[in-house]
Amino acid sequence: MALSPFRQSDMSLGQRLWQINWFFVLLVGITASIGFGMLYSAANGNFDPWASRQMIRFAAGLFLMLMVAVIDIHVWLRYAYAIYAVSLALLVVVEFSGSIGMGAQRWIDLGVFTIQPSEMMKISIILLLARYFYAARLEDVGRISHVIVPLILIAVPAFLIMRQPDLGTTILMVATGIAMLFLAGVRIWVFVIGALATIAAVIPLWNFVLLDYQKQRLLTFLDPEKDPLGAGYHILQSKIALGSGGMFGKGFLEGSQSHLSFLPEKQTDFIFTMMAEEFGLVGGLVLIGLYVMLLIYGFAISLRCRNQFGRLIGMGVTTSFFLNIFVNIAMVMGLLPVVGMPLPLISYGGTAMLTLMFSFGLLLCVYVHRDVQIGPGAADGN
Amino acid sequence: MHRDGDRYKIFSRRSIVLFGGKTVLLSGLVGRMYYLQIIEGEKYKTLADENRISLKLIAPKRGRILDRFGRPMAVNQQNYRVLLIPENTKDVDFSLMQLGKVIPISSHDVQRVKREIKRRRRFLPVIIRENMVWEDVARIEVNAAEMPGITIDVGETRFYPDGTQAASVLGYVSGVSEKDLTGDPLLELPGFRIGKAGMEKVHDLALRGKSGITQVEVNAFGRQIRELERREGLPGAETWLTIDMELQKFVTKRLGDEAASAVVMDIHTGEVLTLASTPTFDPNAFNRGLSQAEWKALASNPRSPLNNKAIAGQYAPGSTFKMVVALAALEKGVVTANSKFFCTGELELGDSTFHCWERRGHGSMDMLSAITQSCDVYFYEIAKRTGIDRISAMARRLGMGQILDIELAGEKKGLMPTRAWKKKAKRVSWQQGETLLAGIGQGFILTTPLQLAVMTARLANGGKAVKPHLTKQVVPFDVADPVVPEIPEFKSIGIHPPHLNMIKKAMGAVSNSPYGTAYRSRIKEPGFQLAGKTGTVQVRRITKAERETGVKKNKDLEWRERDHALFVGYAPLKNPRYAVSVVVEHGGGGSSIAAPIAKDILMEVQRRDPLRGQSGKAAKSHNFPNSTTVKKG
Repeated sequence: MALSPFRQSDMSLGQRLWQINWFFVLLVGITASIGFGMLYSAANGNFDPWASRQMIRFAAGLFLMLMVAVIDIHVWLRYAYAIYAVSLALLVVVEFSGSIGMGAQRWIDLGVFTIQPSEMMKISIILLLARYFYAARLEDVGRISHVIVPLILIAVPAFLIMRQPDLGTTILMVATGIAMLFLAGVRIWVFVIGALATIAAVIPLWNFVLLDYQKQRLLTFLDPEKDPLGAGYHILQSKIALGSGGMFGKGFLEGSQSHLSFLPEKQTDFIFTMMAEEFGLVGGLVLIGLYVMLLIYGFAISLRCRNQFGRLIGMGVTTSFFLNIFVNIAMVMGLLPVVGMPLPLISYGGTAMLTLMFSFGLLLCVYVHRDVQIGPGAADGN
Repeated sequence: MHRDGDRYKIFSRRSIVLFGGKTVLLSGLVGRMYYLQIIEGEKYKTLADENRISLKLIAPKRGRILDRFGRPMAVNQQNYRVLLIPENTKDVDFSLMQLGKVIPISSHDVQRVKREIKRRRRFLPVIIRENMVWEDVARIEVNAAEMPGITIDVGETRFYPDGTQAASVLGYVSGVSEKDLTGDPLLELPGFRIGKAGMEKVHDLALRGKSGITQVEVNAFGRQIRELERREGLPGAETWLTIDMELQKFVTKRLGDEAASAVVMDIHTGEVLTLASTPTFDPNAFNRGLSQAEWKALASNPRSPLNNKAIAGQYAPGSTFKMVVALAALEKGVVTANSKFFCTGELELGDSTFHCWERRGHGSMDMLSAITQSCDVYFYEIAKRTGIDRISAMARRLGMGQILDIELAGEKKGLMPTRAWKKKAKRVSWQQGETLLAGIGQGFILTTPLQLAVMTARLANGGKAVKPHLTKQVVPFDVADPVVPEIPEFKSIGIHPPHLNMIKKAMGAVSNSPYGTAYRSRIKEPGFQLAGKTGTVQVRRITKAERETGVKKNKDLEWRERDHALFVGYAPLKNPRYAVSVVVEHGGGGSSIAAPIAKDILMEVQRRDPLRGQSGKAAKSHNFPNSTTVKKG
């Protein structure tokens, strides 16, 4: 690398737009459209109150995604730390304002719109770790100091988000972070020791950090039949609704379990259940198939990229997306505790939608800049 | 590039491992789906068909609001609703048409009903009309055979028996709007009502109660078959107010259609017996839901019925402020009660002339005669010597220029100007002429009727910092022996007792001396006499030309230009117990308009006093009938 690092990817805006992987965009659109249909059904065949608003949010998300995609990847490299710092500061603000008597609050109200720092942090942590490791040599990564620093940078926001309390986002963020350490080349034995340490840490975590209702959810998960009308109700009802869908489902708008309010939160966390009830195994597989295609794209984009920064971002985004899907679907099928995580592109919710589209924007940005080489020092400007 | 090559090798190898892991996990999900939907599918289908227990919330009864003697001010009333169950009729239009022959239904309602039928399942009832009168209900019952699918059911709704007379205190309930949602599922029940204004809002959480739960058996299509278990909720707390509803009604009627307000309070305890603001509105209309036209009529009425004038109306106090000025002057020592000033009918200051309301002049005036006859020139003189800052400070001690925390939302602060305030707010220095205007309660000074009543109470009770309140007690449904909240001992505001006695003597003379401005509105019955002070507040500027040709009479002016009429007073003269303030917007003169109203109010409140005839000491204690024997609803 005698050459000075590339500072500019020598492409015009038009070229970059042309470079975007439009088939990926199309897949995103198809998946989101399935979501609109399910929200229409969740409101008993009405666009109000969910489907119509979700469409507007998706349109905004689409615009955001394309904007993020055409921004020079060096910009993301240069500001990765700054973005992390801002997200962390906002998390602290939320934590602080929450503790002086404004109640549990996960967002900051800016008047025009609200921002949810924990969602920002999900993206920031990917950028941060990609930035941290993009120029690190394998020998560096092997050193223990190169593991400790990123671990602290993950642990601090994770602790803050856990206290909000938002267990789902915490798990998602930590798991994504660990996957990125793994990809960056951290030695295998570190993960083995980490796993052992986690098991040792579970006991104090259970006793001092988890709140009662979070414990309740975990316990209920272990034995839902114990309290069929109490806390286990949701999981049981979800399984009944999903199971009764059979091979081809009961038909659009005909999911009796979902529509008769047996199913909680059918427009957000439990929307997959409703889909599986109305469209059966076939419908569920179609949706999972779409997700798999998106995941393969993410995987391919990462492997094809010629700079480590982009590769790490690509796999970070893909992993986060995967975890989101997996945790939600496993949760509604009774394989994981109910932790409160929406199904990406399908569940109702503006912040989650915008966060996801932003991360897809980063993935496309990596794709657009796949041939750009980024050397050490490129992040420092000049 | 080598280095990157190594990294890339590790990255891609590990990526593939990771992707493999994801594939395994996703396959697990697909396997689970196959297991639940195909292998176990039949079992879950059966479960779904038998999935028959549905949990539903039962709305709790809203707590009643009672007056100080336990007379109901807000209750729950049966609400007869006529419903249509679409699946019970072959022809919805026919059923609606038949119903229309019996009771009037607007085309608006018909359209709404049809819209809802389309949206909902055919066995779910749609509300056609609510709050029906008994005659209509009977008519429908008689003709039920000709109207397939039409049924009547009974729910509960809030009702204010004399709501219009106490709207400013009670406030009202109405439907839950999106921004009221807190995640409490109770709020999402159709037809649920929450307090949106007044005491309904202040005590909303206590009044709401706790919801109950019912388990109903439903079939696979959600039709309710029977109730399995019912856990009743907890009705909301009964809220006792300090208001005397009969007096409140009397006062509201006495104020009539004027844009006026009146406050009656106990000078020792701070209990507000009446808080009236007219013209008033019907809180029942808000519960029912206002039509566009009704709302427009309320909002555009120039006498602003929705504004609670007793706490949110800000007026110059006029001559009712003269007690404050006199006390400030006595305290500073610029005058004694015997100091005399000569009133020629006007006072020159620099280039300006300040007029007395008595154009011919009052002649030689001491403090007693100046208050009795409300001589303006005397107060110009003593205000000039006392200074605005001292006058404002005295007013604050008497409760003006501040929020008094009377629980209700929208209470206004008024304004007590000082030199520093004017410098900051208007960026110009205070003028001495403005002090003179303040001396007669005009100029920048603003007070609310509530503050005027508190000021009067503090004068009458011997200089104690009494604070007004409206809630006597909130009695939770499940508490057998509720604690009666103690009324705190109010601190002295530190006015020299001889000064206070001087002022009280003068206020007595206002309505009991033949020279007094309210002599015509005196109470003659011995033991019931009142003391007070009139105030007439000019709302327009009188030009020099008009002064020369003769000042226009109020009745010749537009309503908007007429003077505000004010009166503050207390009674009885000896051992006072009640304070009152009356403000009639653009009513005319304080002595001709406000004083007679105040007199009637003070007479009525004393007549109604359950402790009449007992010693003054007993009157000061806080025990009232019923306060310890609270009934349950």
